[in-house]
Amino acid sequence: MTTFVYTHEKETEYQRLIKKYPNSDSMMLPALWLVQEQQGWVSPESMIYIANKLKKPPIEVHSVASFYTMFNLKPIGTHHIELCKTISCMLMGSRELKSHIKDTIGIEPGQTSEDGLFHLTEVECMGACGGAPALAINGKYHEKLTCDTLDKLVKECKSCK
Amino acid sequence: MQVKIVSKNFDIPDSHTLEVAQKNNRYSTIDKLFTMNPDDVIEEVAKSGLRGKGGGGAPCGPKWKYMPKDDPRPSYLIVNGDESEPGTFKDRQIFEYDPHLLIEGIICSSYAMGIHDAYIYIRGEYKFWSDRVDAAIEEAYEAGIIGEKVMGHDFSLNITVHRGAGAYICGEKSALIESLEGKRGHPRLKPHQKECEWYFGNPATVNNVETIASVPFIVENGSEAYRAHGTKSSPGTMLFAMSGPVKNPGVYELPFGVKMIDFIETLGGGMQEGKKLKALIPGGSSCPILTAEEVQNAVLDYESMWDIGSTLGTGGMIVIDESANMVEVAKNLIEFYHHESCGQCTPCREGTSWIDKILKNVLEGSGNESDLNTILDVCGTMNGKTICVFAPAVSDIITSIVKKFRHEFILEFNKK
Repeated sequence: MTTFVYTHEKETEYQRLIKKYPNSDSMMLPALWLVQEQQGWVSPESMIYIANKLKKPPIEVHSVASFYTMFNLKPIGTHHIELCKTISCMLMGSRELKSHIKDTIGIEPGQTSEDGLFHLTEVECMGACGGAPALAINGKYHEKLTCDTLDKLVKECKSCK
Repeated sequence: MQVKIVSKNFDIPDSHTLEVAQKNNRYSTIDKLFTMNPDDVIEEVAKSGLRGKGGGGAPCGPKWKYMPKDDPRPSYLIVNGDESEPGTFKDRQIFEYDPHLLIEGIICSSYAMGIHDAYIYIRGEYKFWSDRVDAAIEEAYEAGIIGEKVMGHDFSLNITVHRGAGAYICGEKSALIESLEGKRGHPRLKPHQKECEWYFGNPATVNNVETIASVPFIVENGSEAYRAHGTKSSPGTMLFAMSGPVKNPGVYELPFGVKMIDFIETLGGGMQEGKKLKALIPGGSSCPILTAEEVQNAVLDYESMWDIGSTLGTGGMIVIDESANMVEVAKNLIEFYHHESCGQCTPCREGTSWIDKILKNVLEGSGNESDLNTILDVCGTMNGKTICVFAPAVSDIITSIVKKFRHEFILEFNKK
């Protein structure tokens, strides 16, 4: 089993943040975020690493990490597409975007494209209802989308790899 | 129609930077604030009738009074920016366009309650916005606005942004604190008597972002100025959001008491070409749905909405047009609640999953009228029998759709 350690930069950030809370327990989510920022997902090794840091049993870290949908417990593609499927986006055409992604990139929710470039997740309300239909690529919001504007975004992603 | 108290600086370019914010009166209340007695600040907020803008509409002043006096333990202010209710995207505007107003509000509220540490819990998806608030906090620390001495006064205040990670239930205040304590976001059992919240056993108050952002206006202009807007029991303004097939979806600040249809027709620009209003979910998806006829007479304040059997919630209105299939709408909403139920209470965990399965069958053509009774029965089992108000909210919205649009379910049964 490979081990996980924070990079120097992440460790510095961890030490900066821990001072902000009265109890290190509060560092659970920030610590998991730092892991995900570092390697793109939260691996079992990283959970053990955090458990040791926070003096918790590893299962508790897993229990928390698996509760929150934004933590990827498996590695995902380079460009993570999060497509909002909740009501306002549905009314404004998120289902068309979903089938367009299937037709053009060839992936359905939960799948990674064969080249490893794209991963699609259908998410619940992103708070972009006024700009529906919306999706986020690697956390950046794109609103009032049409199939054409989506094609352009995908092309940009492909060119920057 | 619009009254801009919280959204006053939204249209000013670069309003999120300290320089522009200060030019536009941000932090101008602080000197006045420190001439006031903290109890007087609480009293002024109580007199203003400011109500929580996160959905519940509970009066803010009385809530602050639950904080124990002269308690040796540290106390905390937790600002709820989890904003995950479908149809709601108002706090995001404050983060994006006026984060310094939020910081100013936190200073006022913390001073009133004798708090020296505040956390802003922002939903994980809002990375851009939490970065923006972080940057504003950084600027405020550097300028000596917060930190050891708040603008030179003998009062210290630290503000920290805490990112959530994608759990709707963390918008429930006790689940939010659980999450802040590094646990799964499970709501806590509530005491019989009203009291403050507890963060690691220390007294804490949880307020919505918009509520806190409304405080500086009250401190600066007094409670009467705030009461000059809105109605007697719903004073002031609220950021109303509109989404769905209208011409100008977005967030608009209105005084309470505006007619819903006027809002849709004027600021919302009316329905998009060729679309006709069929229904509307008034305040985020957890509020009972209104039919097009009910919308005609609906008035945007807490009491009027209760009178017509719905609630104002967060003010995030979802407009639904004639082309939408209400069974699909119900299915979409129940999928949301099924996914977001924290799983702690059986009626909610199983109920949301059960209704989801029933509606899936209905849409696949194997439903019949008895399914509707089962849905209503399950809703009855969920309502009022769980730790938090998640299940009652699911029950309210699903029951209202089934009752008001029963004919559409019948059409669906007859399709097979």
